[in-house]
Amino acid sequence: MRILHPFVPSLAVLLLAATGAAAQGVLVERSEIRFVSKQLGATVEGRFRKWKASVDFRPQDLARSRADFEIDLASIDLASEESEAEVRRPVWFDTARFPQATFRSSALKDLGADRYEIAGRLTLKGATRDIVIPVQLRRDAAGLSVAEGQFTLRRLDFGVGSGPWSDPAVVADDVLVRVRMVLPRAG
Amino acid sequence: MTAGAARYGGVAIALHWTTAALVVGGFALGLYMTGLDFSPARLEYFAWHKWIGITVFVVAAARLAWRAAVPPPPLPDGVPPWQRHAATAVHRLLYALLLAIPVSGWLYSSATGVSVVYLGAVPLPNLIGKDREVARWLLLLHQSLNFTLAVAVTVHVAAALRHRLVARDGVLERMLPWRR
Repeated sequence: MRILHPFVPSLAVLLLAATGAAAQGVLVERSEIRFVSKQLGATVEGRFRKWKASVDFRPQDLARSRADFEIDLASIDLASEESEAEVRRPVWFDTARFPQATFRSSALKDLGADRYEIAGRLTLKGATRDIVIPVQLRRDAAGLSVAEGQFTLRRLDFGVGSGPWSDPAVVADDVLVRVRMVLPRAG
Repeated sequence: MTAGAARYGGVAIALHWTTAALVVGGFALGLYMTGLDFSPARLEYFAWHKWIGITVFVVAAARLAWRAAVPPPPLPDGVPPWQRHAATAVHRLLYALLLAIPVSGWLYSSATGVSVVYLGAVPLPNLIGKDREVARWLLLLHQSLNFTLAVAVTVHVAAALRHRLVARDGVLERMLPWRR
């Protein structure tokens, strides 16, 4: 499944343990969390190199399903090392104070035709917002379940890019986040 | 100057000096912007630098097409063969660089995952995928080609000045935008 961020690193794991759900990992090497931002109209691609996912996907029991993510913001892969250093600074992610973004799912909805919707809370740089991520489930050539979803995150809602960087004509407010998670066979 | 040295046509002269202005401006901007700290202005400079580069490419292609249709005027008879050969070699090198440098910059930008939107209005496709190692090499290539261009332009300008000040054979005057 899908998606994004914020903190409280071990809380998700504790919650899973408390509810007795078996936290299921994802195949990290085949999965990815990418994004596309816009600068002066030009697309800027990036991704996160380090993140963790706790996914428990039960198509027949969505009430007990969940998808939680924890992203190491300093692991960002951007255009260059100097731009990566730039976005770690306080005006952007402020990774010294807010090293992680977390997403904690609250509800999964079956939309039919292998499409789902995951509602949850995204916490980034100290701000938390409810988001909904549409997800398409399919099988890859190896027969593994692949969940792909994307949503638009508004960076200014989270204070990412403040001061001189708050002008959306320079760096667009909308950031398209794309998540691709490959679930292990047992899932 | 030698009487009767044939001049370049108006189109060729206009394209030549347009290229000169773009190349000097784009080169200086490239040196300046890369030394700046991150700021919205820096992003703007990078965008302008890319627009200048794309324009240089288009103008260079147009000049080659124009040369094919309207050949340059012959050099005056007094120009020795070695100078003719040297001029041809340097001109070819200049054209090759005017085409290759913008492409190397576009490739580099693509490899960093940043697209180019010409004049802020025309989105150009990324030529290759994002790849840090490839980007490193392309940046080195872009810089090396530019320093080669700086040397070639220096030779080009020095030769033109020599024609004007030493040989006084009218070669420089063929390309001046005003008549003497």
